[in-house]
Amino acid sequence: MSTTILLLTLIFPLVGTLINGFWGKHLSKKVSGTIATMAIAASFVTSCLFFAYIQGSQEPIKIVLFEWMKFNYFSIDFGFYFDQLAALWLLFITGIGTLIHLYSTSYMSHDENFSKFFTYLNFFVFFMLILVTGSNLAMMFIGWEGVGLCSYLLIGFWYKNKDYNNAAKKAFIMNRIGDLGFLIGIFVTGYLFHTLDFVELKEQSFLAPTLGIATMAFFIAATGKSAQLPLYTWLPDAMAGPTPVSALIHAATMVTAGIFMITRLNFLFDLTPDVQHIIAIIGAATALMAATIALVQNDIKKVLAYSTVSQLGLMFLALGLGAYEVAVFHVITHAFFKACLFLGSGSVIHAIGGEQDMRHMGGLKKHMKITYATFFIATIAISGFPPLSGFFSKDEILLTAFHHNIVLWVVASLASILTAFYMFRLLFLTFSNKFRGTKEQEDHLHESPSAMTMPLIILAVLAAIGGLISIPGNSWLNEFLKPVIKNNAASHPHVLGTTEYMLMGLAVVGALVGLMVAYFKYIKNKQVPVNDNNVSGLQKLFANKYYLDDIYQSLIVHPLNFFGSFFKNQIDGLINGIVLSFGRVPSELSYQGKKAQNGNIGLYLFAFVIGVCGLLYYLFMCY
Amino acid sequence: MIEILFYILSAVTLGSAFLTILSKNPIHSAIWLVICFFSIAGHYALLNSQFLAMVHIIVYSGAIMILMLFTIMLMNLNISDEIAKPIVTKIVATVCFCLIGFFLVSSLAQTAPALETYTNTGVDFQSIQVLGKVLLNEFVVPFEMAAILLLMAMIGAVLISKKEKKTA
Amino acid sequence: MEQVLQQIGIDQYIYLAILLFCIGAFGILYRRNAIVMFMSIEIMLNAANLLLVAFSTYHEDANGQVFVFFTMAVAAAEVAIGLAILVAIYRNIGSIDIDKLKKLKG
Repeated sequence: MSTTILLLTLIFPLVGTLINGFWGKHLSKKVSGTIATMAIAASFVTSCLFFAYIQGSQEPIKIVLFEWMKFNYFSIDFGFYFDQLAALWLLFITGIGTLIHLYSTSYMSHDENFSKFFTYLNFFVFFMLILVTGSNLAMMFIGWEGVGLCSYLLIGFWYKNKDYNNAAKKAFIMNRIGDLGFLIGIFVTGYLFHTLDFVELKEQSFLAPTLGIATMAFFIAATGKSAQLPLYTWLPDAMAGPTPVSALIHAATMVTAGIFMITRLNFLFDLTPDVQHIIAIIGAATALMAATIALVQNDIKKVLAYSTVSQLGLMFLALGLGAYEVAVFHVITHAFFKACLFLGSGSVIHAIGGEQDMRHMGGLKKHMKITYATFFIATIAISGFPPLSGFFSKDEILLTAFHHNIVLWVVASLASILTAFYMFRLLFLTFSNKFRGTKEQEDHLHESPSAMTMPLIILAVLAAIGGLISIPGNSWLNEFLKPVIKNNAASHPHVLGTTEYMLMGLAVVGALVGLMVAYFKYIKNKQVPVNDNNVSGLQKLFANKYYLDDIYQSLIVHPLNFFGSFFKNQIDGLINGIVLSFGRVPSELSYQGKKAQNGNIGLYLFAFVIGVCGLLYYLFMCY
Repeated sequence: MIEILFYILSAVTLGSAFLTILSKNPIHSAIWLVICFFSIAGHYALLNSQFLAMVHIIVYSGAIMILMLFTIMLMNLNISDEIAKPIVTKIVATVCFCLIGFFLVSSLAQTAPALETYTNTGVDFQSIQVLGKVLLNEFVVPFEMAAILLLMAMIGAVLISKKEKKTA
Repeated sequence: MEQVLQQIGIDQYIYLAILLFCIGAFGILYRRNAIVMFMSIEIMLNAANLLLVAFSTYHEDANGQVFVFFTMAVAAAEVAIGLAILVAIYRNIGSIDIDKLKKLKG
């Protein structure tokens, strides 16, 4: 497998960025979009080639371009490491990326900054690819920062709106807080093991006393990037960006970076079980909390955003229990159905002409058959009904949780039941009953063009059959990832006994309960969620997101603003005054000195006399 | 007798110098200054430099003071239109007088020069003959320079005090 | 005439010269009339000349008297130019009070 082909995987998106960035304005929209999509498609082709290679030979490939930094006793290379884990991520990043690029050529066709959008999208894919193929922690950090930057650029894409800008800033700053954790992790790891390279770390890592700090710091970085407690509040606000952005970044790729990083460093986390415990607890808590908030959201994309946070919580729960392949499995299936859901919601928004509130939708299944069908399939998948992919992956997580800690299993199951409920609520409110919008919106309702429905169909098919890669008892994925995970004793070959079957049945029953409640509420009784002013009680708590945003605002943002204005007004004024007074001193001195030149000749003569006396004194008398 | 002559001459010098300054009428000041110059010429004669005394009288009393008198009369200053001075000026002047006197005398006292008594060796060092030889042998260049200086002064004086022609 | 220095002593001449010089300095600062200021300057120059001649006699050296010649020449030139400038100023401002010349005030 020649290294050139592997490097081309990374170079194609970069080339796409540069072409669209510099000449995008001169190209027609069609050419610009085609170049961008072709770039990612070419990366997909090379990723498939690599996947075929590594499936056959199981030998990872390491490419070192040059030695980047050299310290006393270790050095950091600028290199890439292509192994099984990277292969999986490469496939679905470039694959889903191509579909989303294709979708965007139609979704963003009315936008004036068309080529800028594709520049940013390609740039994002480039950085994501660097993140997954970096050979050491420093390379991964380049990609980590880069995707944070591109996420900011893309969320704030419609920059003329101040709220969108604030959302982009919020996302970037919260990511930055996580990045500090990443840096601390890098420093501690480098100090302890004298290397940042993944291959060397896997062999040389041992339980050092301060390893807990490093792993905790890495986990904080993951909470920032993958939106867990307490750094998740940026993700719902990030829905201000265009829908393809939400699909690519916040469903399939960027938010999975945290999980990728923890899986890459699984040997470090296995050495610190306390940190793993914390990860599991936070994952479960986030899953439940986000699910409760999603119950009362009325914006389509916000429901999907909280759903993403919740599903990510489940993945972190799996990571915290040491079941890395299970988390990776859920990442892959989640990418499929969540991307499908987001693109479907984008299709709906496009048809209604920009409206995102579900209370003004309804009855769309008559007008948008393909969108409805794919959305329905994806909803079944996320709720966990067999034999779709969501069932297999979520079930593995629940099984692992049950074997470790009953409480975590209860929390996770509750989150799953709520997931089923609010997803079907979303489906029914959007597509069933009668249309609740304005007349002219109703006249414009139409199915989206094929550039938008093609990706939907492909993703729905993948969501349906994706579970086949890891059937319990005969998991291809587990075998594939065996060389990556160090501690395989924890990878539990699921003996499918009665407990397991019962638990699976329980999960399905729970999902059905959720479905039924949603059905009765929204189809039979035709209920519509109330206006924002009329919520009360527990609903109000959920609707205000547990007041977490307000807590952050008063605890962190207000003091920072206060400090900022204090420093600006008082301290800066003081320093300014001191510096300026340096200039004022000569000015004042010269003003006083000016008085000696008043044109009075008598004064000058007197000065002569004084001068002569002084001279005489100096020459003759001061010995 | 020489002592008495010396003291009389000194008194005349100092007195006329003071009166020059303190007179209100500029013409009176000029007259007092002429008397002062005469007395200084007397001092020179007392010190046996007769030629210098003659030259002093010719140049100072005969040329410079005449020039000043002409200028005073040109500007019609014999009317004593004296300007009122503030009291500060008088105080400052007195202070300067005392200061300069004090510094000069004290620098003299400080340096304490070794002043021997004068012995008259009878060598002729200042008759016109000797003076002329010294002037035109050793100091011939400064002599010529002085001549040029006087020429320039003459030209300059003419130029400066010329009335500007009004362009018609 | 030659015994004057034997009988009186050179220090008397020094004191005489100092006093004359101080009178001249006093005169400059005391009077505001430009002509009288010139006269005071002449008094100061004469004090220096007197001292020079006295010391020339004391050291029996002719250089002192030659120096007096040159001083006199310079004094004459200076008076000529100074009075010419004074006449020009008088034409411009109509008075010779030097307190009226304040245009160089800083």
